[in-house]
Amino acid sequence: MIDHDDDQDHSEMSEVASRVRALETLLTEKGYIDPAALDALIETYETKVGPRNGARIVARAWSDPAFRARLMTDATNAAAELGYSGRQGEHLVAVENTDERHNLVVCTLCSCYPWSVLGLPPVWYKSPSYRSRAAIDPRGVLVEFGVALPARKEIRVWDSTAELRYLVVPQRPPNTDGWSEEQLAALVTRDSMIGVGLAISPGDAGALR
Amino acid sequence: MNGAQDLGGMMGFGPIEIEADEPLFHHAWEKRAMAVTLAAGACGMWTIDRSRFTRESLPPAQYLTKSYYDIWITALERLLAQTGMADETEISAGRAMSPPLTTPNKLMAADVAAALAKGTSCSRPLSRPARFAPGDAVRTKVMHPTTHTRLPRYARGKLGVIESVRGAFVFPDANAHGGGEHPQWVYTVRFSAAELWGDGADANSTVSIDAFEPYLERA
Repeated sequence: MIDHDDDQDHSEMSEVASRVRALETLLTEKGYIDPAALDALIETYETKVGPRNGARIVARAWSDPAFRARLMTDATNAAAELGYSGRQGEHLVAVENTDERHNLVVCTLCSCYPWSVLGLPPVWYKSPSYRSRAAIDPRGVLVEFGVALPARKEIRVWDSTAELRYLVVPQRPPNTDGWSEEQLAALVTRDSMIGVGLAISPGDAGALR
Repeated sequence: MNGAQDLGGMMGFGPIEIEADEPLFHHAWEKRAMAVTLAAGACGMWTIDRSRFTRESLPPAQYLTKSYYDIWITALERLLAQTGMADETEISAGRAMSPPLTTPNKLMAADVAAALAKGTSCSRPLSRPARFAPGDAVRTKVMHPTTHTRLPRYARGKLGVIESVRGAFVFPDANAHGGGEHPQWVYTVRFSAAELWGDGADANSTVSIDAFEPYLERA
């Protein structure tokens, strides 16, 4: 389903592209949509709402125990403290990884994802491969992402079947004492906040997604 | 409905295609597809539940082979025709040939930031108390509605434990079909992997769903 090469699949891609263009023209002519609003929507998700938002939340939680406590009891309001709120994050829940437990988020029924803190979901998150297997074989899925957890570590899968949206708080890597929130945020990957990755350990930067 | 969207536990889709440094969009049209879908939805002519039902109503062979934004666009075409916002001739021609309907809202560029930051809350007040409390044993119902539901097949007829009471929310099963919001209590219900998947399941993993109260019976 991932296909960068428009030429290879030219007829299909141009068929969809022309349908999208037809809809945009039609809805604009009808007066239902403001084309400039489409540009503003795209710009928002390209430049303002993405996984760096979630990373700041996690870094704050690692640094500030009072914030962490608020995040774990009411993630919607804790995220709003940092200015992150709204669409597909109206009812946010944070779940925390520990030495004993790892959390993994999926939406088996569609592609529910905490947009307000992670932005738009990656293609694999929406794919049948991930959605079909995350609940029945989470340990195998994690291995595909390069995360081999010991059998003694509990895995909790969260299937987002209602309007709650889940944010995983990964474990803080060792040897980060005294790091600033900004430094810590750079260790928090998108995948670690979905639960298919771990936070980057200092020295490994760049080695993990 | 038991459509192709209900993927939990299915097999045969192959490895997860993980893309390093994945771009936010893979084609220019995907950006416009995302934005046109959101802007059209903001007209207020359908609910998010109806739009989910429209997507999952695509024939399985289409649902499983289309890219996600193509699923969105295909469902949008159907919703526009169903609501009378545009007819099929206009949709295929890509131009207006009849006067527009009056819609409850129109999303203007100047309002995008505020609208996204506000979002659309699905939480609703509910005076009757929640029937279940954390720690209660519950069994999910066995049901196969032809209409929209958020109870996945793999979790029907299964024994679980209430982990949290999340509040009362719009009930998608009714709201997707114009039946009104009928708010219901929502619970996070946790199941052992063995309960869901039987012999051979991971001994040390659990799966939770967020279940609307009508999906649950006391066990």
